[in-house]
Amino acid sequence: MKALWDNIWTRRLISSLAAMAILAVVTGPPGSNLTPLAGFTGSFAERVSFFGLFKGQRWMVFFVFALVMFAIWWTWVSYGEQIKGALSKTLAAPQAATRRRPVRWGIAIVLIVVAALLPHVVTDPFWQAAMVEQIGVFVLLALGLNVVVGFAGLLDLGFVAFYAVGAYATAWVTGALPLPFLFGGRLDTFWAIPFALALVMLAGILLGTPTLRLRGDYLAIVTLGFGEIVTIFLNNLNGITGGAAGSGKIPYFSLNVGVVKYHWGLGPVPYYYLTLGFVVLFLIVFSLLEHSRVGRAWTAIREDEVAAESVGINPLKYKVMAFAIGAASAGFAGVMTAGQSLYIFPATFTLQLSINILVLVIFGGMGSIMGVLIGAIVIQTASMYLIHTPPAGYQPADLYIYLGALLVVMMIFRPAGLVPSRRRRREIGLAESGEGHMNEVLTGDTP
Amino acid sequence: MANLLHYFASHLATLRLEFWSLLVGGFATGVMYAMVAIGYTMVYGVLRLINFAHSEVFMSGGFASYFMMRALIGTSTPSGTWSVVLVIIGVLTGGVAGAAIAMLLERIAYRPLRRRNAPKLAYLISAIGASYFLYNLAGKEFGRINESMPSPYINHTVFTIFGAPVQLYYIVIFVVGVIMLITLDRLVATTKLGRSVRAAAQDAETASLMGVNIDRTIVLTFVIGGALAGAAGFLWGLGFTGVGFYMGFTPALKAFTAAVLGGIGNLRGAAIGGLLLGVVESFSVAFVPASYIDVIAFGILVLVLLFRPTGILGERLGRSA
Amino acid sequence: MSDLIFNVDHITLRFGGVVSLNDVTLHQNRGEILAVIGPNGAGKTSLFNSLTGVYQPQEGSITFTGKDAKPLSVIGKKPHRVSNAGVARTFQASRMFSALTTFENIKIGAESHRGIGVVGAMLRSPATRRDERDSDERTKALLDFVGLRAKANVISSSLSYGDRRRLEIARGLATGPQVLLLDEPAAGTNPSEKLELTTLIRKVRDEMGVSILLIEHDMKLVMSLAERLYVLNFGSVIAQGTPEEIRANDKVIEAYLGSTATETGDRS
Ligand SMILES: Nc1ncnc2c1ncn2[C@@H]1O[C@H](COP(=O)(O)OP(=O)(O)O)[C@@H](O)[C@H]1O
Ligand SMILES: [Mg+2]
Repeated sequence: MKALWDNIWTRRLISSLAAMAILAVVTGPPGSNLTPLAGFTGSFAERVSFFGLFKGQRWMVFFVFALVMFAIWWTWVSYGEQIKGALSKTLAAPQAATRRRPVRWGIAIVLIVVAALLPHVVTDPFWQAAMVEQIGVFVLLALGLNVVVGFAGLLDLGFVAFYAVGAYATAWVTGALPLPFLFGGRLDTFWAIPFALALVMLAGILLGTPTLRLRGDYLAIVTLGFGEIVTIFLNNLNGITGGAAGSGKIPYFSLNVGVVKYHWGLGPVPYYYLTLGFVVLFLIVFSLLEHSRVGRAWTAIREDEVAAESVGINPLKYKVMAFAIGAASAGFAGVMTAGQSLYIFPATFTLQLSINILVLVIFGGMGSIMGVLIGAIVIQTASMYLIHTPPAGYQPADLYIYLGALLVVMMIFRPAGLVPSRRRRREIGLAESGEGHMNEVLTGDTP
Repeated sequence: MANLLHYFASHLATLRLEFWSLLVGGFATGVMYAMVAIGYTMVYGVLRLINFAHSEVFMSGGFASYFMMRALIGTSTPSGTWSVVLVIIGVLTGGVAGAAIAMLLERIAYRPLRRRNAPKLAYLISAIGASYFLYNLAGKEFGRINESMPSPYINHTVFTIFGAPVQLYYIVIFVVGVIMLITLDRLVATTKLGRSVRAAAQDAETASLMGVNIDRTIVLTFVIGGALAGAAGFLWGLGFTGVGFYMGFTPALKAFTAAVLGGIGNLRGAAIGGLLLGVVESFSVAFVPASYIDVIAFGILVLVLLFRPTGILGERLGRSA
Repeated sequence: MSDLIFNVDHITLRFGGVVSLNDVTLHQNRGEILAVIGPNGAGKTSLFNSLTGVYQPQEGSITFTGKDAKPLSVIGKKPHRVSNAGVARTFQASRMFSALTTFENIKIGAESHRGIGVVGAMLRSPATRRDERDSDERTKALLDFVGLRAKANVISSSLSYGDRRRLEIARGLATGPQVLLLDEPAAGTNPSEKLELTTLIRKVRDEMGVSILLIEHDMKLVMSLAERLYVLNFGSVIAQGTPEEIRANDKVIEAYLGSTATETGDRS
């Protein structure tokens, strides 16, 4: 009996069963406080049918899943190295190709063309709106948070505050807040862009200068605290923000300079192109930044702050800069949201949203622009799909169960993310083998 | 200016009138903060990291004891010895549930990372993920509303101090909290288990060379911190906000503030920080509109971290380099 | 009289009850190779940390005077300010940016003194591109200078001890310093690497005109390189002078023999 328990495969079998039991519960029917066990029992006992091929109870399905998981696990342990070897051999040529400049440009152009044609292929209004509000805007947010978390290594849990500042700045400029007009009168929403960016970067600098002296984990909780404070103020400063009821009506996006006149109007497609334009812009700017002096300085600080200071890098300045640049992208996302959805509410800017953005970055790969882009598109599309066609028993808030689990799973199995940045992968590897100073940088047990 | 003075003067008057009742209420809340803060500070002591998922340990204690109370009390109104027994059962249920969830958390969200010697950032993210997973799962399974807990006693004013009524609820909190906090203090100060916890907190590497089983010690710190937080979840649930999937977030953030205030890593500091924060918060009711009360605690957190990261009793530095 | 690059005047540095530096006074002439020796725990690294702004001594003053520059009072200045003024250093346990290549490590040193230029970096302006080219050229020159050209694209964590030391020296030199502080550069290197290191250090001074402040335990290396020495023991300067004078100093012999005696005593 003891020998059986000590066998690693026994424990792996139990782990597989446990993992699938959790999956069964997570995907199962909801319960309530009067029937606290209903969700659990239903998760196993409820009847399911698989396209008429199979009829039975849920536990049977998940039992089979557990066995499949166990089999895959066994295969991976036994043949993993071979599979990896074969995979890297077949992937070597295409991978080498993607490192060549002309190929990269080619891929980029194809992607942009595909993205430009997308609204003509996807004509379902739900998805057209989702592409702007839930995918485009979140790509912007994730790209911004990636500068902070991925490039500078700072865990910011109050990121959504900058998104809020961008949105409320837009409402202010266009006269939708109970505040006096800022520039003598209502301005076109387009003019909110420079104003919101300036305001949000200022907020980043003001917030960052005192807090960024703190160590990694303290910074996380202080930014979380600040995020909550911002939400409380948005909810309660009725005379400034409109309180919990949110802003007044923000006009549609429009531009009116001399001969250039354009109104974005009601439909999502024009907004899609505007967002796409800014996504491409931020992609280019952030990649240039990553491979510039600034990006290298961020890496240096992330790896060994003491050594970075010793060669003349001012860590605080670079961290604040990362904060402000990341904030700019969030601020722009705020403008888009305000200008497109016309009303903004404090309830949008929650901690949950900050975590949601964090998931996009972690899933895609901290510090990897391509990874974050893909991660944001994949996860936001999936979560939109769950809203569009919810499975039985699914409630919108259940999304966060999956996102939370995803964070844990990523940290256990693939901490560098889906498409890791090369530097990050090396760093994590080095930290884990006891080399490098990443641990120290984050705990501050230095010098 | 004159307005402001008038504002404070009138509020000071309120404060004088209600001083004692605010103090009693603040102390009661403070005891619960202290119980949760212990978990943060203990885990911080051995692992040097903030257990972001501690709020869900608290919540699970609240839910477990809620279901237990519902099963035992139903619609009856217990009194006398039965009330005492029920409170003890509630504390035990909450404590056991909290300890169990804390242990699972360590096993699933932390240990694999520890094995790999992962960077700190990974622990934080993993813990945040675990916290979100747990509380949203609780929301799904138990509903997304707050429910008040069936009371194991009939709440009434037992006596008054300087005219301020002291309710039975507060006495329950005091008695349970003080017994648990003192037991913990003795446990850590005098037993072998406590010694290994302290040794691991001081220097994990040396401690393991000296024969302390680090894995077991870490599990124990999670279990002890979890038991206290779970029991606090029961006490909190007895109050007017009841239990709900979201119940952990704010109290836990405040308990963390308390731990920082007292000097993170320092057990007695956490207890003192908890009491202090509870009282300060309670008194600020006299000055600040109710909707801004939470700002006070977060503000204290930010200020302490920025200006005195070692807290009142100070143990470890919080600043980089 | 002479041209001082460092003037350390009666500094005392305490950590709680521990006094790491006790009323230390020393100076370094411009262009000099100066060594600080002393047993472990004597306060040598603490001195370096004080000279570079990492630690703030509670008493005394430290003045650094760069060429054609205003004297800088070091105490209270942040390490990056001190670096910008012209002080470069290496660490006792080498600290590289381990996930980056040798080339990138040095380049970070080469470009850290320019303004941040974040807008230029985002737009990749001509000025930024010119700066990048300059930094690349300097990095290549330094790679040649320290003999790491062949390992330019190697991840720095896979370098040997000796190569790591050279990398740190090159990274420090890339910042264009007036003085280079070397904390036990020969620790963990083999005899032939030691010899190369000696040559390299001398070359840094002779060809680049950078003053050298050196902490080292290897007496042969110290005595052959240093023009003057200070001896620290328990945080105090117990002797100073030329290598010959130090060799003949009784107090030094006692400090070293004393510590060796207790060390062997501990082991037996
Ligand atoms: N950051 C610090 N905190 C506390 N004590 C320190 C610190 N840095 C150095 N010390 C103490 O200062 C003394 C001198 O250390 P150090 O300068 O490293 O000596 P050396 O480099 O000569 O071996 C030691 O007793 C050490 O414990
Ligand atoms: Mg030393």
